[in-house]
Amino acid sequence: MTMMRFDPGLLARDAEGLFWMARYLERVENLARLIDVTQSFESPGFETDAWFGLIRINADEENFAARGFSPDAAHVKRFYLLDRGNPTSIPASLEDARTNARTLRPLMSTEMWRQINVFHRFAGRITPEDLEGDALSRLCTRLKEGVQAHTGITQGTLYRDQGWYFYELGRFIERADQTTRMLDIKYTALLPRDGEEKRVAELTQWNAVLRAAAGYHAFKRYARAAFSAEDVVHFLLRDPSSPRSALLCVRRIESHLDDLRRLYGLSAGEAIERAELLRALLLEKPLGHILATGLHDYLDIVQIHLQQLAAAIGRAFFRDWRPPADESAQLQEQTQVTA
Amino acid sequence: MNEIFHNLWPEYDPGRYFCELTADRPDAGPVPEWLAQRLGRIGLDALRARASAAETDLIDLGVTFTVYSDATAIDRILPFDCIPRVLTAGEWDLLERACIQRVAALNAFLGDIYGPGHIVRDGVIPADLVYGNSNYRPEMQDFPVPHGTYVHVCGIDIIRDEKGDFRVLEDNARTPSGVSYVIENRHLMLRTFPDLMSGIRLRPVDDYGRRLRAAMSEIAPGGLDDPQVVLLSPGIYNSAYFEHVFLAREMGVPLVVGADLVVEDDRVYMRTTAGLKPVHTIYRRLNDDFLDPKVFRPDSMLGVPGLIGAWKAGNVAIANAVGTGVADDKAVYAYMPRIIKYYLGEEPLIHNVETHICREAAGLKYTLDNLDKLVTKPVGESGGYGITIGPRASREELELARDSIRANPENWISQPMIGLSVAPTLVEEGIGPRHLDLRPFIVTGKESWVLPGGLSRVAMKRGSLIVNSSQGGGSKDTWVLADNFNNGSAA
Repeated sequence: MTMMRFDPGLLARDAEGLFWMARYLERVENLARLIDVTQSFESPGFETDAWFGLIRINADEENFAARGFSPDAAHVKRFYLLDRGNPTSIPASLEDARTNARTLRPLMSTEMWRQINVFHRFAGRITPEDLEGDALSRLCTRLKEGVQAHTGITQGTLYRDQGWYFYELGRFIERADQTTRMLDIKYTALLPRDGEEKRVAELTQWNAVLRAAAGYHAFKRYARAAFSAEDVVHFLLRDPSSPRSALLCVRRIESHLDDLRRLYGLSAGEAIERAELLRALLLEKPLGHILATGLHDYLDIVQIHLQQLAAAIGRAFFRDWRPPADESAQLQEQTQVTA
Repeated sequence: MNEIFHNLWPEYDPGRYFCELTADRPDAGPVPEWLAQRLGRIGLDALRARASAAETDLIDLGVTFTVYSDATAIDRILPFDCIPRVLTAGEWDLLERACIQRVAALNAFLGDIYGPGHIVRDGVIPADLVYGNSNYRPEMQDFPVPHGTYVHVCGIDIIRDEKGDFRVLEDNARTPSGVSYVIENRHLMLRTFPDLMSGIRLRPVDDYGRRLRAAMSEIAPGGLDDPQVVLLSPGIYNSAYFEHVFLAREMGVPLVVGADLVVEDDRVYMRTTAGLKPVHTIYRRLNDDFLDPKVFRPDSMLGVPGLIGAWKAGNVAIANAVGTGVADDKAVYAYMPRIIKYYLGEEPLIHNVETHICREAAGLKYTLDNLDKLVTKPVGESGGYGITIGPRASREELELARDSIRANPENWISQPMIGLSVAPTLVEEGIGPRHLDLRPFIVTGKESWVLPGGLSRVAMKRGSLIVNSSQGGGSKDTWVLADNFNNGSAA
């Protein structure tokens, strides 16, 4: 006997909501990772440079200034951990994730919703004291764990129909993007001018980047004993097995797009082409060449490709949905009187 | 007299009001005493601790409604009282039949006034009260609906007077809310107070979603095996959004907002990842005004242009039907006993609260002469707004009410102050009597079905008679006993 299989379809709006909910949460985890690693890049007298690097890799310079902050360590931390008015902050991302979750509640498990709801409340209660000294690292750990709990609950409870694929697409696009930023932060970090001191400092920084990407131990097992910068870059961009490597993310995206086509008849030719193009970009040139000509510029190009891929997915699947973003629409929603 | 309860809480005094736990009700069998015993065994401290854990649970789960003021939006839970309200099998039998009778009359009335209009021509109800009513929708004239059902989901507010007699206070025939709390409250009770319930056989409340979906399928345009039902919500900023989610989930249908739907050639579709997919029944939680900017408010951003056209072309069903507001109007309410008699040839199984109609000379005179003894209500409002409770009003408030009524008598009704029944409720001072009402929910497709129990709303403030959630009311789990202890059917 076969079970009757009925495809109830998926609202374009909900597909987009799942995609973005995953992105916002992935962003929270990675930002917490970046903040944690930035802390270890601080060197006495140069705290500001280390922290402002975070603003630069997120291309947040304008936004940061517009919010009235000045480039010092305390302000950067506040900008990302306390400032709800900053759309790239952790509380704002969690607010966005929860708003999406609210619209998605009919599709989500109760456990997913409860965890996001509680996690969102936690992030709303971060205080300036949580940003001081050793408290900061603990805060970052809790933020990471909050998203990891979400991911685990999702893996274990979210029904795997097409909605799940859109969720995964959002997550992997964001993760690939964030991994490139994690690599980039190494290039904003200051180094001693030369000699043994520089070599040691460089090693420390690469180790910190690997730790931020949760790849330190795996890297040690697979890398040559005397590793070079090239090896780390390879690990984060091209390693086929590291869960945060850009290549792994792109391969997952390709496989999900393929499943959507095979299982649900949803084809997105343009998105599939863009993902292939991105995979080629990640693999084509020798890393030595990339490092010599400028890793930062290369990472920029990878980020632009990811944005184009996301846009292509949007055109293919979310195209018909236009939200009434307007405040007056919100007011109409509120004023629907129910007895 | 519930002696166990009385010995445990000697200071509990319901006064002249009917108490839902301590009043003598032989058909309740041993249940009220068991409850008292179990509450006593748990003790006040543990009750408080568990009640507070239950409230945290509701917050974590986001079982909330949103209260908007000028600048803020606050997610509030509907305060949950852990001491259940018990209805006996006999009481429920009456309530169930009365609700079905009432909905039958409401539907017959709507079918008539949007059809031949016999009731008006026979002089049972004034023409202007119907055709001049702001909720009367001329678009509905001579547009028959499947099975003659206009009110697919109805919530009837019922109270109990000092003698314990049930009375209908209000019909809600538009988009009544609150049913989600009935089911969530039961789940919450099962999680946090299993020891209070053990061994007591209750009528289940889990069937609501299936029944609602079945009714929605029954009204879909013909010839479809499995029609596509959707729930149309105003969106996440609506205070009842949680309930919309709840109902969509319980029915297993998509929750859509206006922008998800599109009408082409008088057919309704939803926008999916695979393109447009047909929709056959819309359970809408959006007011009439906002449904279709082409027909009603042109500035509506929540509706679907062309929806009414598709409906009238017979390609989609809408529940509740447009224009039901004319039937649950407080002015029409006063005529409900006559309406029931007119269509069904029956006396109401549960009577209205005695109502004076200020548009009628005698009603107006009586109201103005007895303002300090009466509750006056504007006919067009919901949510407990605009009400003046005569015996509790100041001289100024009474004069204000008098002026409003004189200026616009047809806008007002008055009722005697009913001593709403009370039930033991966990409050600051311990366990005290608090007033409550009951809103059963009736689902109608081809036939009517009543969810056992309903929402018991309780005024958490001492002495307060206003149970509305927007004014600080809470709720209780409502138990309908499965066993009729009078018949000796239970062990």
